[in-house]
Amino acid sequence: MSILRSVGIGGARDAAASVSRRDAWTRRLPLLPAFIYVFLLTQIPFVLTIYYSFFSWNLLKEGSFQFAGLDNYTRLVTNESIRTAILNTVILTLSVIAISVILGMAVAMLLNSEVFGKGIMRTLMIAPFLIMPTAGALIWKDTLLNPLFGLLPYLLSPFGLGRVDWVNRFPMATVVAVEVWRWTPFMMLIILAGLQSQNPEVLEAARVDGANPLQAFRRITLPLVRPFIELGALLGSLFVVQTYDSIFMLTYGGPGEDTTNIPFLLYLVAFQGYSIGQASAIGVVAVIITILVATFALRTLFSIFQVEARR
Amino acid sequence: MTERKLRSPDHRPRPRSAVTLVAGLVLLLVGAACSGAGGGGGTSQTITLAAVDNPQMADLKQLVSEFTSKHSDIQVKIVTLPEDQLRQQVTQDVAAKSGRYDLFTIGTYEVPLWAKKGWIEDLAPYIAKDSSYAPDDLIPGIKTALSYKNDLYAVPFYGESSMLMYRKDFLAAKGVTMPDHPTWDQVAAAARAVNSSSVNGICLRGLPGWGEQLAPLTTVVNTFGGRWFDQNWNATLNTPQWKDAVTFYVNLLRTAGEPGAGNAGFTECLNAYNNGKVAMWYDATVGASNFTGDAAKNSGYAFAPTKVKDWSGWLWAWSLGMPSSSKKKDAAWTFANWATSKDYIKLVGTKLGWSHVPPGTRTSTYSLPEYQAAAGGFAQVTLESIAHADVNHSTVDPVPYIGVQYVDIDEFQQLGDQVSQEFAKVIAGTQTVDQALVKAQALAAAVGKTYQH
Repeated sequence: MSILRSVGIGGARDAAASVSRRDAWTRRLPLLPAFIYVFLLTQIPFVLTIYYSFFSWNLLKEGSFQFAGLDNYTRLVTNESIRTAILNTVILTLSVIAISVILGMAVAMLLNSEVFGKGIMRTLMIAPFLIMPTAGALIWKDTLLNPLFGLLPYLLSPFGLGRVDWVNRFPMATVVAVEVWRWTPFMMLIILAGLQSQNPEVLEAARVDGANPLQAFRRITLPLVRPFIELGALLGSLFVVQTYDSIFMLTYGGPGEDTTNIPFLLYLVAFQGYSIGQASAIGVVAVIITILVATFALRTLFSIFQVEARR
Repeated sequence: MTERKLRSPDHRPRPRSAVTLVAGLVLLLVGAACSGAGGGGGTSQTITLAAVDNPQMADLKQLVSEFTSKHSDIQVKIVTLPEDQLRQQVTQDVAAKSGRYDLFTIGTYEVPLWAKKGWIEDLAPYIAKDSSYAPDDLIPGIKTALSYKNDLYAVPFYGESSMLMYRKDFLAAKGVTMPDHPTWDQVAAAARAVNSSSVNGICLRGLPGWGEQLAPLTTVVNTFGGRWFDQNWNATLNTPQWKDAVTFYVNLLRTAGEPGAGNAGFTECLNAYNNGKVAMWYDATVGASNFTGDAAKNSGYAFAPTKVKDWSGWLWAWSLGMPSSSKKKDAAWTFANWATSKDYIKLVGTKLGWSHVPPGTRTSTYSLPEYQAAAGGFAQVTLESIAHADVNHSTVDPVPYIGVQYVDIDEFQQLGDQVSQEFAKVIAGTQTVDQALVKAQALAAAVGKTYQH
């Protein structure tokens, strides 16, 4: 929601400079239905969520709809599960983004060079991003990692790792692996776009000047694609912060609370505990965190567009 | 947009024809909606049943036409959902009094809780009107579990307890015999004796969830002398009985259990048992009706293993309840009556085969010769286990709550899930029994506190 709003305001400000106020409104008029639609569908539920977050409302307890002030928010600070969930969200997001950016960069470099079967390779690389998250997670859990009939335990059995229960022994690593598998193509696409806008003559000039490939990469390619990496990382983290489906399918937040992140905790509080008030408070905090990340993402996005426009 | 620019003036009348088309469509839709709602005049009613997605409900869906052919004024819409989603949807519906469903399948966990809140209808007046319903034919344990203040608030469609299923051939090969009423020590010894690299000793649920791993584990705790809360709602998960029971369960899984126990629930264990990968399986009595091949031929059945407390089997019944918010209560009862009657059981037997009969609801089912022939060895164990399961006295020491494999309070769904997650960590080997019980005790104590005043 904040994305749309900031885009709208940013675009409108430029336009307002050149045309009169009245003109500007006539121009905005056709956009109004869309704006009202988005406003109704996003802002009213959000305001209601904020409202509920001040009440100790549990669906199962009749008469529990009472004003509770900041109780739900103070519990956010004192409750251990919520701290665990925040920590898990940070660990999950940082590791998924870091690993998928590095892998995505490597694959993008490969696809940017002259290799055989580039087209097919690119299509295959994007595939994980196009598979439904739930289906993907299920394939990982049952077909690949199941200790009885999974592919990975079967391949690892010569090394004595045949009956390792990966999902339960290394729950966070499993979730990270599945999410990296999903997000690497996304990073690769964005970085590839950056690499393809690079002028090959610059690299050639560097080679003539005696720079080895590593130096050329560090001094020329990397600074050029840096804004693209930043954009990919920020947009990616917006989505990875909200990871829910693969956790639901793979580990159900467990064992213990080892893979319970903020969205999954919210689900547990709202649909296992039916504490609407507490869940709303978690939701509000999650939205604030997301808006913060989104603001940085948009700033990066605009700086890229400005660079592009100047060319 | 470009199309409009290119259009020649000859096609001008088009918008008008479009208007008529739209108007016609609207009329059509309105007409369809009216006929769909049965005109609202009361000649025909549609009742909606939210049902759990299990084989018995699939059979019910198949046989609905038998009901509607007799009751032409009632249409039945059955919405089937997996257990966890059903519970969420129905809970939200009934708590918000939205009246979306006229009937739903609820378990023994929900019935007393919701009856107390006035969310579901007292069915005693409806039952009293029909002399052929025979409520005394319902198996005693089930009847108690579905009653609140001596009135039935839901009628059982399917009932189960837990028992030990074992492969007679695997046990005989190692010279092990299994008594009808085994102790857990005997079961553990047998499991370790038959455990080999190709066949594991026993399958026990390890999948986190209050309805999964915690169900068998709580029956072990009960018979070991443990309980969730004492009479004053103090959590008692820090007692030696809990430690012994959880340690026993986890050790049995580690030394003679199925690999990947953390992912094993009812379905996984059933597959392992059916494929001859495990020699024994302690789980729901309904498991035995799904056996195929060698598992069906060579299985023996024993009552739930015990230690201190006798009759440690659990009790669960999917039952039809009617939300107080329903506006078609008479029609809903007519259907619930039909689906849980003696005649329905005979109908399933003759139309779909006697192995399809929903078990564990009526004593009379077990005296039908056709059913006895189909259910074989496990019919008597099922009937007696259910009859002896007592939701009010399932532990050695007295408790303030009802329920065998659960605690009948609102908070238990969440508490049970969290506690079973801690035990899942023990099964995975990433924490000790003591660590898990310290956390579980803290979680249970927080819940118990809300009941202490």
